[in-house]
Amino acid sequence: MTSTAQAGLTPPPTRDERIRRKSTLARLFARPEMGALTGAIVIYLFFFIIAPSFRNGGSLSTVLYVSSTYGLLATPIALLMIGGEFDLSAGVAVTSSALTASLFCYEFTLNVWVGVAVALVVSLAVGFLNGWIVVRTGIPSFLVTLGTFFMLQGLNLALTQTITNQVASPDISNIAGFGSAAKIFASSFTIDGVNIRTTVIYWIVFVLLATWILLRTHIGNWIFSVGGSAPSARAVGVPVTRMKIGLFMAVGLMAWFTGMHTLFEFNTIQSGQGVGLEFVYIIAAVVGGCLLTGGYGSAVGAAIGAFIFGMTNQGIVLAGWDPDWFTFFLGALLLGAILLNTFIRRRAEAAK
Amino acid sequence: MFRSRKPAVGAALIAILALTLAACSSTGGKKASAQASAVSAGHANTPRYTFAMITHAAPGDTFWDIIRHGATAAAAKDNITFKYSNNDDPTQQATLIQDAINAKVDGIAVTDPDPQAICPTVKKAAAAGIPVVMFNAGVNNWQQCGAMEYFGQDETVAGLAAGKRLAAAGAKQVLCVLQAQGQVQLEARCAGVKQGLGSEGAMQKLYVNGTDSSAVQSTITAKLTQDKSIDAVITLGAPIALIAIQSISSASSHAKLYTFDTNAEEISKIKSGQVQWAVDQQPYLQGYEAIDSLWLYLTNGDAIGGGQTVLTGPAFIDSSNVTKVAKYAERGTR
Repeated sequence: MTSTAQAGLTPPPTRDERIRRKSTLARLFARPEMGALTGAIVIYLFFFIIAPSFRNGGSLSTVLYVSSTYGLLATPIALLMIGGEFDLSAGVAVTSSALTASLFCYEFTLNVWVGVAVALVVSLAVGFLNGWIVVRTGIPSFLVTLGTFFMLQGLNLALTQTITNQVASPDISNIAGFGSAAKIFASSFTIDGVNIRTTVIYWIVFVLLATWILLRTHIGNWIFSVGGSAPSARAVGVPVTRMKIGLFMAVGLMAWFTGMHTLFEFNTIQSGQGVGLEFVYIIAAVVGGCLLTGGYGSAVGAAIGAFIFGMTNQGIVLAGWDPDWFTFFLGALLLGAILLNTFIRRRAEAAK
Repeated sequence: MFRSRKPAVGAALIAILALTLAACSSTGGKKASAQASAVSAGHANTPRYTFAMITHAAPGDTFWDIIRHGATAAAAKDNITFKYSNNDDPTQQATLIQDAINAKVDGIAVTDPDPQAICPTVKKAAAAGIPVVMFNAGVNNWQQCGAMEYFGQDETVAGLAAGKRLAAAGAKQVLCVLQAQGQVQLEARCAGVKQGLGSEGAMQKLYVNGTDSSAVQSTITAKLTQDKSIDAVITLGAPIALIAIQSISSASSHAKLYTFDTNAEEISKIKSGQVQWAVDQQPYLQGYEAIDSLWLYLTNGDAIGGGQTVLTGPAFIDSSNVTKVAKYAERGTR
């Protein structure tokens, strides 16, 4: 290894293609989020040109806000999908968490922070339960979390009805601690006349944190390897069980965070809320480059996916198109973004 | 795999307990709210009947709480075993009606959001000799379906009344916010508003995703940003109105807010002036009358309305009468 004396015997230096240096541009385009980023830019320019009211700072801030409410959960959902699992219960888990906090502190007339803490414990427990059933039984997470999705939906309604004799949680805005909690979970600040919601900042922080974990820590490597092939990962010593349960609990954590935002933004929670949102999170992750089969994807991609979804939703309204056609336009634009995404990824792969 | 951390867990539990005890709120919460006394009108000594109520309520909609409270109050008074079920999918709702027929209940109260799907099953119930009353939805078809009575408001008439009142208030550009796509009664309300406005003003529709509060807020904000000429927003449900308050302020819009239907929190917003008025169809009355009329029919052969629609709305709740309504709303009966 240290000697170069035999250099004359080796064939001319054709380097192994696995360690060949690719051009910076080719490497950039091979990143999972590049296709989605291009799609986001195209859609942004599209609305920027056709919708005058899309151009002002206030509209961008609203787009970012609605994207952040999807993006906060799309981030752990992306990690979970890279780890090879689904969570269909995430949307209603947000409502469960908010209802837990609200009803707990209302019923016992406690400081809202107690409710917030109890909700955190409950959300993490739901995540743990999802993960534990998945790793213990080997049943696909699609089915396990479908079960917990319906169970949580039922619990949300039934427990709220039993406890309050109504289907919405009571207004908790006059309970001690509400002000400080609202400041943390649902406030905004103004820069240059544009109102920025704090959820946008949290979203960015969580995306950066998730990206750091994925790309710079051994936990990140483990997530990729677990999603690529769980048996092989286990064979090389990756703690597969703990990784998977941990990923489900990360979803629980962000469901709690999003739930607290919803609670302190709107004071009351309707128990039927959140149904359908689980797909928005998965859509954001997949549009952002996560594979449905696991082992590939990125947190930044999921954030861009959430941004595309939020931007398209708002853009159609800001453009003033016929509201009857809303979902058609939404679907068409999403499909367009995905086609562009796939096209760019194929080109990037062909260029290797 | 998980190491035991029992001492730590114990310490954490004690800490949580201590915090909980120290964290009682001095304001708000259940302690502060007056315990609502349920409406009671005595108890009938008639035979115990079983009535089924089957509605198209979406899970978790506050409006239907009030209908149910009315129905349970009547059931308690009339010595009724009350069975409630609901499904917002019309074919599923028809199946629930069939279930009630199979269970040989003594009476059925039903809503009819989709006559094509619901009517045939309602006819079967009538053919099986079970008295059927209809309420809340189905105002145009209840007689053909074989129902004996109808309690509710005509949504087009309600929309018309709201539109006329909006025109009188000087609204020129009205935004009608629908929380679901393709629902006949919601479309009828907006159409009625447009008709009521007449040449005084214009109406445009906006669909929002009613199951996602953040999206509702952002979509209305976007619309108000896009069209600065909107000077009136009318929502078709109380929870949506509460969210629209935030949208109007974050879009810095000058639009005034009006709504259909009520709940306790919304009524407090009428009091504070953030909502101008609400079109009230008296859901408590609908639920109460539906059950009570079945009982009257079985015990005395009565039919309320004499074959005509019994209208429970539209009434308006505004600053002039809100104080009176508010105390009933707090206990969940208005």
